[in-house]
Amino acid sequence: MVLARPEVDGPDANGPDTDAPGAGRRGGEARADAVARRGALRRGGMRFALMALPLVFFALFFAWPVAAIVGRGLKADGAWQFGRITEVLGDPDIGHVLWFTTWQALASTALTLAIALPGAYVFARLDFPGKQLLRAAVTVPFVLPTVVVGTAFLALLGRGGLLDQLWGVRLDTTVWAILLAHVFFNYAVVVRTVGGLWSQLDPRQEEAARVLGASRLAAWRRVTLPALGPAVAAAALMVFLFTFTSFGVVQILGGPTFSTLEVEIYRQTAELLDLPTAAVLTIVQFAAVGAILAVHAWTVRRRESALKLVDPAQTARRPRGAAQRVLLGSVLAVVALLILLPIGVLVQRSLDTPDGYGFGYYRALQAAGDNGSFLVPPIEAIGNSLQYALAATAIALVVGGLAAAALARRGTGRLMRSFDALLMLPLGVSAVTVGFGFLITLDKPPLDLRTSWILVPLAQALVGTPFVVRIMLPVLRAVDGRLREAAAVLGASPLRAWREVDLPLVRRALLVAAGFAFAVSLGEFGATVFIARPDHPTLPVAVARLLGRAGDLNYGQAMALSTILMVVCAVSLLVLERIRTDRGGEF
Amino acid sequence: MRSTKRLAAGALAAALGVTTLAACGGSDGTKASGTASGSGGKTVTLVSHDSFNASAPVLKAFTAETGYTVKVLKSGDAGAALNQEILTKGSPRGDVFFGVDNTLLSRALDNGIFTPYEAKGLDRVPGDVQLDKDKHRVTPIDTGDICVNYDKKYFADKKLSPPQSFGDLIKPEYKDLLVTENVATSSPGLGFMLGSVATYGDDGWQDYWKKLKANGVKVVDGWEQAYNTDFSGSAGGKKAKGDRPLVVSYASSPPAEVIYADPKPAEAPTGVATGTCFRQTEFAGLLQGAKNEAGGKALLDFLISKKFQQDMPLQMFVDPVAKDAALPAEFTKYGTKITESTTVAPDKIAKNRDQWVKTWSSLVLK
Repeated sequence: MVLARPEVDGPDANGPDTDAPGAGRRGGEARADAVARRGALRRGGMRFALMALPLVFFALFFAWPVAAIVGRGLKADGAWQFGRITEVLGDPDIGHVLWFTTWQALASTALTLAIALPGAYVFARLDFPGKQLLRAAVTVPFVLPTVVVGTAFLALLGRGGLLDQLWGVRLDTTVWAILLAHVFFNYAVVVRTVGGLWSQLDPRQEEAARVLGASRLAAWRRVTLPALGPAVAAAALMVFLFTFTSFGVVQILGGPTFSTLEVEIYRQTAELLDLPTAAVLTIVQFAAVGAILAVHAWTVRRRESALKLVDPAQTARRPRGAAQRVLLGSVLAVVALLILLPIGVLVQRSLDTPDGYGFGYYRALQAAGDNGSFLVPPIEAIGNSLQYALAATAIALVVGGLAAAALARRGTGRLMRSFDALLMLPLGVSAVTVGFGFLITLDKPPLDLRTSWILVPLAQALVGTPFVVRIMLPVLRAVDGRLREAAAVLGASPLRAWREVDLPLVRRALLVAAGFAFAVSLGEFGATVFIARPDHPTLPVAVARLLGRAGDLNYGQAMALSTILMVVCAVSLLVLERIRTDRGGEF
Repeated sequence: MRSTKRLAAGALAAALGVTTLAACGGSDGTKASGTASGSGGKTVTLVSHDSFNASAPVLKAFTAETGYTVKVLKSGDAGAALNQEILTKGSPRGDVFFGVDNTLLSRALDNGIFTPYEAKGLDRVPGDVQLDKDKHRVTPIDTGDICVNYDKKYFADKKLSPPQSFGDLIKPEYKDLLVTENVATSSPGLGFMLGSVATYGDDGWQDYWKKLKANGVKVVDGWEQAYNTDFSGSAGGKKAKGDRPLVVSYASSPPAEVIYADPKPAEAPTGVATGTCFRQTEFAGLLQGAKNEAGGKALLDFLISKKFQQDMPLQMFVDPVAKDAALPAEFTKYGTKITESTTVAPDKIAKNRDQWVKTWSSLVLK
C-alpha cells in the first residue's frame, strides 16, 4: 500500500523544492500566460485524450458490469422495484450485518492505528539493521490471499496456538480474531502512508521549536502532529475501507456467526442467486464506500499545505537513549508476534514432512498428478500467476498512468477530482459483483471475453490501477510545469518533452507503482475465482484447491505453494525497497 | 549520462511488460483461436466447478475417439458455478455443464438451462440415480456420501467405540467431539443437515439439532477449516493440533488420507460412521444454446463411459455410477462401502431449502 508517497503538493503547488520567490516569478508570468491562453484549448483536448482510455476501461470493465448486475436485481418484468430497498433494509438480519460491518471496521481501524503508529515512527525515524527486509516483510500480508492467511493466523490465536500455550487464551471464532487479523493485514498501510511522510519531515523544524523553548511534547504536538495529521487520516480511511469490505478474514476467522456486508453480498449472489437482495446490499456498500472515498479525497486536499520535505536517509538515526530503544524493541516484538509468527507457521508447516523437516512437499509440487491431483503440476501455477500478474501490471500501468497524467495537469476541476475518487471504487466493490457482471455484459462479439484468459489480468488490473494512480499522482503533480514549458519553448514536441522531462523524473515512481500493482495482482483471489478460466490456475487458486482436498500431501503442498507465493511477493517488495532508496531525494 | 541510464531502465521495464503480454497471448492464444474457429467444430467446452478433474490420458483418449478436444472451464464452487450458468442461460460459455448435485438439481431444472439428451450407455447406470429419468435433461455421472469421519487413534486411546449413527452423536460419551460445517455456506454441511431431516422427519430434525447443540457440536464455515484445522484425525488437523475427533466429511476421505501420504500407512488413520451418510449424486447436462451440440453429446456419452468412470474416483474422490466401472484398489482397500445412505428428493429440497437453512441458523448459530 504505497500511499506512502505523501500527497503534500496540491495541483497548484510546484513541488516541494521550488519555493520560488515571488519577484523572480512575476517576470516570466506574462509570457507563461500567453502560452497558457494559446494552449488552453489544446490542453483541454490533451486531457481528454489522456482520459479516454482510462474512461473506456472503467466504463467497460467496471461500471457497465456492475450496473448490469444491479439492474438485473432491481428490475422485474421491465419495471424497477425500488420497494425492494426498504424491504431488504428492514430485515433485522440485514440490519445486524450492517451494524456488525460498521463497528468492526471502526474498531479494527482504531486498533490498527494504535498498534501501527509507533511502528510508523520507528520505520521512519530509527535506523536499525534489517530495516528494509522488515519493511518488505510487514507488507507481505497485505498482498497475501486470505485463504492462506486464515490458516496461519489460527496457529497464533487458535487452539494450541502461541497464546493458548502461554496463557491458555483462545481467540478463534471471537471478534478479537477478526480485529487482530485486520491489524495483520493493514499494518503496512499505516507504516507506509504515515511513515513515508514522517521520514521526509524535516526534524530541524521540531528541533527549532525546542530551541525556542517548547517542551518535547509541545514541539511534537505543534509541529509534527499537524504535518502528519492528514496522512494519519488518509491511512485511517484506507484501513476503514479495507476492513469495511473485509471478506476472507471474516469468513475464515469469524466462523459462521459473524458476517459483513461483503460476505452477505457474496452469499446472496454466488450461493443463493438472490439478485434483488444482492443488488440492494451492493448499493448500500457503494454508498458507504463512496462516502469514505469522498472524505479521503477531502483529506488529500487538506494536505495541500506546502511542507518542507527532506531526504528520508537524512532523518533516520540510530536509536539513542533508553526510551527509543524500548520503543524499537516493543515495535519489533509486535511485528514478530503479529506478523512474522503467522508467516513463520506457514513456512514451518511446508517443511514439516512425515519424514522430518525437508523439501518433500516442494518436490511433490513438480510432479504432474499421476495418481489423481492436477491436470497440470501445481508448480505451473507459479508461471501462470507471474504471466497474469505481469499482464495485469502492464494494463494497470497504462490505464493508471494515463489517468494520473490527466489528473496531474493543472487546473483540475471538481469533475476531475471526482474521477480521481471513481478510480478507487473497485477497491470497495465485491469481486463477485464484478465477476457476475462480466458474465452478463461481456457475452457478445466482439467483446465475448468470458472465456478468454485476458479477463483475469483485466480484473486484476481493476484492483491494481487505484494503487498506480495513488502512487503516480503526487509525483506527477510535483513535476515543475515550467520545465515542460521550457522544453516546449526550446522546440521539443509534447511527446519529446514528456520523454525528456517527465519520464526521468517519475521513473522511480513508475517502477514502485509497477511493483505494487504486480504484488497486488499476484495475491488477488476474489475475482480470479469467479472468472471461468481454462485450466491455468493462479497460485492462490491452486492453494485453495489443494486445501479443498483431504490428505497429507495436498495439505503440505498447499503450505509449500503459499510459502512460494509469499517469497515471490516479498522479493518483489524488497526490490521496491531498493528502488525507493537508491537515489534518495529525487522527489 | 544519468538520464540515459534511467531511460534505458524505463524502456526495459516497458519492453518486459510488452513481451510478457505477447508471451501470455502466445501460450493461450492457440486455445482461444481454437474455440473461435471451432464453434460447432473441433473443440468442446466443459464448464464445471473447481473440484473437477480428469487425467490427461483419458481426455486424450476422448480426442482420439471423437476428434474433439476438451476445453475445461472452472468457475468457483458447485453453487456458484451453477448460478453462473443460470445467469448466462441461452448464451452459455460452454457446451456441457458438469457438477449439479441433487441438492441443486431442482434449481437447475426449474431454470431450464439444459437441453434434453439421452446419453449412450445409460442402460449401465442404475435407475435410482437417474433423477430426471423421463426427460433426460441431466445425466448422472457420480455419487458420493457425506458422512461423519472419526479419528481412529483417539477412540482407540480412549477405549471408546466410535459412533455409528445420527442417534449416537447426541449421546453423552460423544460430548464436545463433533465439528461440522455451516449449512448456509458448505455443501457437506448442508448434506449432513439433510441427512438429519431424512432420518428424523420434517418435524423431528429441529429437536435433533437442539440436542446436538447441547452435546457441544462445533460449527465452522467451511469444510477446509473443519477437516484441516479442527479434526484431529487428518494430516492437516494433526499439524494444527485439532481437538475434534469427529468431523462431517466424505466417505472417500479415509482413502485420500492414505493415497496422499508418503510413506503410505498400512491402514487409513480415519474411519467412517456408516449410519450417518447422506447420498450426493452429481449430474451433467447439455447446455441450452451450446455452440457445439454434437460435441457436447459426444462428451456426455464419454462421461458415463467405462474409461472415464474408472478414472474419476482417484481424480475427484467420488464413486462411479456405471455398473461396469471397477473401483480402484485404494478405494476398496482403505475405504468403507456405504450400503445405506439417506437422501431427500430434489424437489422437496428446492421447496424447503431456504426455510430449513433459516431455521437451522437460528437454532444452532444464535
